[in-house]
Formats: sequence, C-alpha cells, structure tokens
Amino acid sequence: MTTQPTIQDDFPILTQDTVYLDSAATSLKPRQVIDAVSEYYEKFNANVHRGAFGWSVEATNRFDQAHEVIAEWFGADSDEIIFTSGATQSLNILAQSLTADLQEGDEIVLTILEHHSNLVPWQQHAKKVGAVLKFIELNEDGTLNLDHARELITDKTKIVSFMAVSNVLGTILPIKELIELAHAHGAVTVVDGAQHTPHARPNLRALGVDFYAFSGHKMYGPTGTGGFYGKRELLEELEPSHFGGGMISEVSREDSTWNELPHKFEPGTQNIAGALGMAEGVLYMKGIGMATITAHTRTLTTYAIEKLQSLDGVKVYGPMNPVHRNGVISFEVEGIHPHDVADLLNQKKVAIRSGHHCAMPLMEYLNVPGLCRASIGLYNTKADIDALVEGIVYAQSVMNQSV
Amino acid sequence: MNITNTIYRENILDHNQNPRNKGVLEAASFSYKYRNPACGDNIEIQVRIKNGHVEKMMFDGVGCAISTASTSIMTDFVKGKSVEEVISITQADVLSYLGIPISPGRETCAFLPLFSLQKGIKEKYEHKK
Repeated sequence: MTTQPTIQDDFPILTQDTVYLDSAATSLKPRQVIDAVSEYYEKFNANVHRGAFGWSVEATNRFDQAHEVIAEWFGADSDEIIFTSGATQSLNILAQSLTADLQEGDEIVLTILEHHSNLVPWQQHAKKVGAVLKFIELNEDGTLNLDHARELITDKTKIVSFMAVSNVLGTILPIKELIELAHAHGAVTVVDGAQHTPHARPNLRALGVDFYAFSGHKMYGPTGTGGFYGKRELLEELEPSHFGGGMISEVSREDSTWNELPHKFEPGTQNIAGALGMAEGVLYMKGIGMATITAHTRTLTTYAIEKLQSLDGVKVYGPMNPVHRNGVISFEVEGIHPHDVADLLNQKKVAIRSGHHCAMPLMEYLNVPGLCRASIGLYNTKADIDALVEGIVYAQSVMNQSV
Repeated sequence: MNITNTIYRENILDHNQNPRNKGVLEAASFSYKYRNPACGDNIEIQVRIKNGHVEKMMFDGVGCAISTASTSIMTDFVKGKSVEEVISITQADVLSYLGIPISPGRETCAFLPLFSLQKGIKEKYEHKK
C-alpha cells in the first residue's frame, strides 16, 4: 500500500524534528527548488548573455525563462520584471531613483506599519532632498485608517509607498484604494509585496501599481533572490542607480548609454542559480494553485488566532477578521518577555520569532517592547499550531513557577 | 537534564520575578541607557559612587529574563567595589555569578549590565583625565 505524498515530503528539511513557524522571515525550500539551483552548478554553469558556447546558451535561456515565469505569474511582461537580491534591495533601488528629482517640501506618504526596508531607504533619501515623510496610522482593529490616508495624500504627495501585507499584524492593506488615492493626486505608487506573494497572486497590471517589490526567498525560492515590477513606461524613464557591465549599451570615457529592459537594472553577474531557483519556487506554488494556498493560509491563521486567544494571558495583535489579515500572528504572553517565550518554545522545538520584527516605529506606536510572531507557510498544519499552543503553556509554567 | 532548561533555573527566575534594586536612584553619579535592538531589551542603569567606590546601583526598564536577572545580580555584585574593580569585571565573572551556561544567542542579554556599567563609567571618568 502506498501512502499519498504530502507537501511536507517535498521539503527535505522537514525530516528534522522542528515545527517551523517563521516563514514570514524566510520560507523553507522544496526539493525542486534546491535541485534547480544545484542543476545550474552541476550541468550548465556559465555566465549569461555573453557566451557562444553550449552552457552559456543554456544558462541564458533558463535565466530569460525565469523572467518569463515570474512575469506570467504576476500578469506582467518579462522585461517589466527586474531581478534583485530581494525586496530590500528593490526598495533601495526604487527609493534612490524615485527621490532623485524631488524638491524640498515634497511629500512621501508611508504607513506606520512599514518594515524598515520600506522605511529607512525613503527616510534617508528624503533627507538628501529635503522631502517630508508622512505616516498613515491604524484603526483600533489594526487595519489601515483610510480616512487618515485621505487626509495625508494631497497634491504635495509625490510618492505613496506601502506594504501590501504587514509582517507584524498580518493586516492586508487596501491596496486598490491607496493606489487610486495616490494616482488621483499624481503620486507614484510603490508597493512592498514581501509578505503578499507567499499567500496571493496579484495581477500587477490589473492592480495598476507603478512599482512592486517582491522577495523570492519568501515564496519558496533561495535566499538572495527577489526583484521588482515596474510599468514599462516608467522603467524606461527611470534612471538606474547601480551601474556596470550588462546594463549598458555603449560606454566611452565620458559617458554611457543604457541597455534595454530588464538589463538596464541588472548590472553585473546576477544570482543566476538563485533566479532559476526562484522561478522554480513560483512554479511550485503554481502546481499547488494559489487558491489552495490562500485558503490553507487563511484556515491556519484563523485556527491559530482562535487557539491563542483561548489561552489565559495571551494577547493576539492585529485584525481578528480573517478577511483583513493573512498568515502572520503576532502575540504577547503576559509577564514574559518575547525573547524568553521564543527561547522556551525553542526548547520544545517550535520556531517562532521575537523582537521588533524590523518595525521599530510600529512597536512604539503599539507601545510594546517587542512581540512574539508565528507565521504560516504552505507546509504548516494544525498540529504545528497545536505544538505552538502547548509550547506557550509550557513557557508560562516555567516562568511563572514560584521561587 | 535539558541543559538549556537550566537557564530558567531558580536564581534566574528569582531575580526576574523579584528584581533587586529596581527603580530610580537618587543622586546618581552616572547612568547609562542600553537598548538591545535584537530582542527588545530597554534598560537604564544608575550608579552612585562615593569615595571612589560603588555605593548603590539601580536599574529600570524592560528586558528579558536573562538581562533582568543579570542586571539585578550585578547591582549586588558591584556594591562596595572600587571604580577600578568595576572596570575589571569580565564576562567570565558574569557567567560565574549567573551560574549556568548561556548560549551564544543569549550572551548579549547576560552581558547587558556589564556593557552598560563599563560604558557608563568610561563616559563619566575618562573625560576627567
């Protein structure tokens, strides 16, 4: 009698005895992705877009194909997809290029939820030009306050940038509404999709977003991968901020002209093996079907919130309505510092994250020193959530014992 | 016995639940605020020096069990010590007074009071040279 292969069987690392609830930090990788990376190194290791020999041709085809896979997945053209080392690098590139022509007093609107990767680049580049940062705040339930957004986004606003999904509260932001608001005032939109793409398949053209950053390693691809989408007209206009081989057309001593898209924004030797792995990760998700993945995330998130809320002394943060949140469950255990909770859970082989989650302004806004965070990947099960709950009860028993 | 479980052994739990010398110190000679961004420890130590010796040390703020316990134990450990003696306290001394193995991931927490003390003392006394 053969047993049906499960999704967990696809993930070699899961033969170890750990309940992994930190996919929001990085996802685990299926065998298919690991093999795609190794295959490049074992079978056709060569640089791309240059060689006339077999391996180089193969590598080039696969690399170009990787662009096509990602583009097709997101409803874009392959030259509208730029590969980078991840959402952080994408946002840095975009912040640098998009703020270059801002004037003193121009405004950039972000949200108080932002991860440092979509805050610090804007902050630092804004300082150089004297642009002003504004932050949209939250409703009581952790959803974004759209009234506040309407107040802050004005004709002075040049850029509106926000995360699609919060890596702390799990809040799903009102992407369409924010894009409309921004465009109504002539502002360009930049969305940080890092927490979005593991659980959803946005059609970027339909969304109307101007730029969209994503992380390959959060959607089952290797670390050091990711990229951004930009509308073709905008990418063609945008000046690159990183230069070198591959992104040029002509170079003289005095000046250079740029290559066509996407090469214009991909200087130097890219993470070729990584890109192939990232494309494989997307194909892996495609094989399961995003509808299935989204439903699975929602089911487990709802189950986790319910179970955690039922524990004494545990407070769950973020929207309770599953329609407004996705995949990430931050919580606090009364009287126990998040770091100690994580340490004790680790003793029970449950991996969560604790701390400020690269969102210090949000921690300050919520008035907490840090939070514990569990997050869902497509290999997680209800048993994993049960293990989390048992682990928390254990942590409480250890820390609260009388001495 | 699970070796990591010993972190939460009695003396750590005791100092975490009943921290010694927690609060605001009057007439402090110096203070030092330490924020550990990696895990959310946010602690301020205050020390009063009299005749070149530590008369009292107190601390306030929010931290994990290890940093709280270590700081609490430190407030007793430094009492009466000279400034020179405080400057010479080592990480080994801290591990010794904690009495249990600390994993590399928790070292910053354990050494928080040591770091804060020595930084605070340097800032206060080195300028006077």
